[in-house]
Amino acid sequence: MSTPTRTPAGAPSSVGGPGGRIGDDAQRPDGVLKVRGEFAYASDLWMDDMLWGVTLRSPHPYARIRSVDVGPALAVPGVHAVLTSDDVPGEKVYGLELADQPVLALDVVRYQGEPVALVAADHPDTARRAAARIVVDYDVWEPVTDARAALGHPTWNQVHDAPAAVTELSRESAHLHPHGNLVRHLKVRKGDPEPTADVVVVGEYEVGMQDQAFLGPESGLAVPGEDGGVDLYVATQWLHVDQRQICSALAMPPEKVRLTLAGVGGAFGGREDLSMHVHACLLALHTGKPVKMSYNREESFFGHVHRHPATMRYEHGATRDGDLVYVKAEIFLDGGAYASSTPAVVGNAGTMGLGPYVVPNVHVDCYGAYTNNPPCGAMRGFGSVQTAFAYEAQMDALAAELGMDPVELRCRNAMELGSETPTGQVVDSPAPVAELLRRLVAMPLPPEPATGDDVDLRHMPGGVSNTTHGEGVRRGVGYAVAYKNVAFSEGFDDYSTARVRLEVVGGEAVATVHTAAAEVGQGLVTVEQQIARTELGVDAVVVHPKDTAVGSAGSSSASRQTYVTGGAVKAACEAVRGRVLERARGLVGRPAGDLRLDGGKVVSDLEGVALPLADVLGDDAVEETVEWRHRPTQALDPDTGQGFAHVQYAFSAHRAVVDVDTELGLVKVVEMACTQDVGKAINPQAVVGQIQGGTAQGLGLAVMEEILVRDGRVQNPSFTDYLIPTVLDMPPMRIEVLEYADPHAPYGLRGVGEAPNISSGPAVLAAIRQATGLPLRRVPVRPEHLTGT
Amino acid sequence: MRLTCTVNGDRHEVDDVWEGESLLYVLRERMGLPGSKNACEQGECGSCTVYLDGVPVCACLVAAGQAQGREVGTVEGLAGPGELHPVQEAFLEAGAVQCGFCTPGLLVATDDLVRRSRAEGRRPADAEIREALAGNLCRCTGYEKILDAVRLAADRMAGEAR
Ligand code: FES
Ligand code: FES
Repeated sequence: MSTPTRTPAGAPSSVGGPGGRIGDDAQRPDGVLKVRGEFAYASDLWMDDMLWGVTLRSPHPYARIRSVDVGPALAVPGVHAVLTSDDVPGEKVYGLELADQPVLALDVVRYQGEPVALVAADHPDTARRAAARIVVDYDVWEPVTDARAALGHPTWNQVHDAPAAVTELSRESAHLHPHGNLVRHLKVRKGDPEPTADVVVVGEYEVGMQDQAFLGPESGLAVPGEDGGVDLYVATQWLHVDQRQICSALAMPPEKVRLTLAGVGGAFGGREDLSMHVHACLLALHTGKPVKMSYNREESFFGHVHRHPATMRYEHGATRDGDLVYVKAEIFLDGGAYASSTPAVVGNAGTMGLGPYVVPNVHVDCYGAYTNNPPCGAMRGFGSVQTAFAYEAQMDALAAELGMDPVELRCRNAMELGSETPTGQVVDSPAPVAELLRRLVAMPLPPEPATGDDVDLRHMPGGVSNTTHGEGVRRGVGYAVAYKNVAFSEGFDDYSTARVRLEVVGGEAVATVHTAAAEVGQGLVTVEQQIARTELGVDAVVVHPKDTAVGSAGSSSASRQTYVTGGAVKAACEAVRGRVLERARGLVGRPAGDLRLDGGKVVSDLEGVALPLADVLGDDAVEETVEWRHRPTQALDPDTGQGFAHVQYAFSAHRAVVDVDTELGLVKVVEMACTQDVGKAINPQAVVGQIQGGTAQGLGLAVMEEILVRDGRVQNPSFTDYLIPTVLDMPPMRIEVLEYADPHAPYGLRGVGEAPNISSGPAVLAAIRQATGLPLRRVPVRPEHLTGT
Repeated sequence: MRLTCTVNGDRHEVDDVWEGESLLYVLRERMGLPGSKNACEQGECGSCTVYLDGVPVCACLVAAGQAQGREVGTVEGLAGPGELHPVQEAFLEAGAVQCGFCTPGLLVATDDLVRRSRAEGRRPADAEIREALAGNLCRCTGYEKILDAVRLAADRMAGEAR
């Protein structure tokens, strides 16, 4: 088998150096390659005589295809293949949870940007020009662009009116897919169905569509194999779920579809679904040549799912003293044209949509709908981000109604160890919600804004554009707290596989860790090394390239890999250690329980006697492969949404300080502070990095990031028009990391990546509300929302 | 067309360059130097930042022909084989690299900033660092550790490493 000239390298061992074990700021094993520009990202892969593949996409959000003529494209010199759905040998539809999305358009296209045909040519420009010559005759239809309209939902009552009765929505009223427009309806029912309360607060909220905006474009290289199969080097989050879907489309068994992770330039959920995977394999198998596909930024906006836009209606009832009595919520998530992971996103939004609070009486309806908007699916925070904007705004509104301090109201109702969630699950590990908030309050605030001659424009809303010297600028401070399930929920068989080998190479003990867990930038490769070093007492740990030659690791999603793949690596190391110590016992004649591995030696607790591993292992390698599962979760009751659905929760809280130029509607975030409980920080520096990055993405959604979709068409598919925070937008951050061990998790750790992405945005909104006195029920907040123009 | 230019001190000559190809494309696909990244190819992200005659530019906005006869410096040329430049070391130590896709462009931009301020005998102020890096997007880090890395590199390059 030939391999690409620039293949994804396995992380080389990083030997010695400061700190390499659990709890240390260990450095990334791929770091040196990355700073030298030598790390092979998916878009860097290259082979002699490779072809370039491009995708022709539908310009219409909803249309029937009358005909496709590929002849003019085939006639372009340099073109090697032009393929349509007729060339898909296996199942013509795929999907993460439901197979409803065509590999290449069948008779109907359901969103703008849906792939219709593929071209392979010897130069990317040739391929692009040829694709433009494919003639597709469309019968254009009126798109369905509103999730509630798609489900036939009656118009909501205006704010402060009596709540509308929730109508059962029918699948029959729908038409986008044969089974209707309803992807999932989750009901959560708990306590008194007709509760009453002293104080009632009602609000309707809307969250726009956010993009993951990872910097490394969707890319990969497919290489036809001598056995008739294919090797795919690709940037992804879950190699095995890709493999399953590719096998189905190609009608090939898994041994013929081999995947290796190429360097991943960020993911954030946007690489859970297939993009160019099957397409590149089809072109490679068809032409018999390696085929590279790499999206440009505009195509990337059409090439992956986004965060679901949401419309939400909440009603909170509380006693005069501020105890929550009930919450009713209706949550509509626009899933766009295909299901993707909408069912699971609905599960999260529905089960955790009330926030980390104790609520005795609950009535939640959460819907995921099909529309002709861009497909939506996974993005960091996964259903919890949208609802947090609503429930935290409600908590602030309730506090105002009660005349209470918003933090005190939150602490009074905060979940803690032993609390029951809205789904009837007892929280069985530390839940320091109130402490996270109180620690934020205790942190010093940044200095008051300068005025008059002391003003440094760089610190003003509008910056050096010189829009204000402080006139009309008001400061606001806001708090928010959030929680998020870690790992997969609702009874999913969630496991990871690790293969660990220990051997002596050139006199040095070396461990090799082989998992299929995707390193997407989060630092899992570092964690794998830290665990192996800790468990096996060696310095040299090689991280094998991530591929499908070992069992599934599950997805690099849901903040789960340090927990689940970390757990698998730990378990595999323990199995290896057990065998090595057993051998050593025979050699030293002492019980294995008295022996441990340290410094590349077998050490006795009693006498400190050391046997070098070379003496124990000789030329043998000890290898173990372990499939590791967290404790099982349960499906939710279909009528009440009750059940032990989530294995672990992560908690974080934010305080935001903003300056708002109320005349121009410009917001300057002055400081973000975050507290988060991580159970155990396996790599403190990386943990803080996750909190900082998550905070930035939450801030982005709060004040700038939105894919604007009009009549099903994306208006801003570029970094010129879709803005993500720059270094000028991000304020300094204060971060406190708490470590209350979860007794059920390896090392007591909690997943880290998502929670800070959830609490950050709502804190910014709370701060802007405090500065302006405006209700601000829609995010992202735009200047016109602040000036009323 | 034929393009001749110097990249990281080495003379490169490539044939059959197409009219529309950018310097970034030629570096990555024709010269075997994929270190400079291609996150937007629209001049918005800075991941393709290279030196052109000593001035940082977005290589995706430079037509290949514009590099004719000129000197290009990329991330691959910051340090010699097996070595690390102080800016590279600082990014690693500060934890400023996650996915790393923004890193090559940021390293060049940082190197430029630190050199310029060192030439003036000072270290860059925070506000100045932010201005200098405002054209380089990073989606992973929230920029805090990148700022730490720039400060660390500036300290070291000023000969004041602690
Ligand atoms: S790739 Fe050149 S600025 Fe983004
Ligand atoms: S580290 Fe991923 S974009 Fe900066």
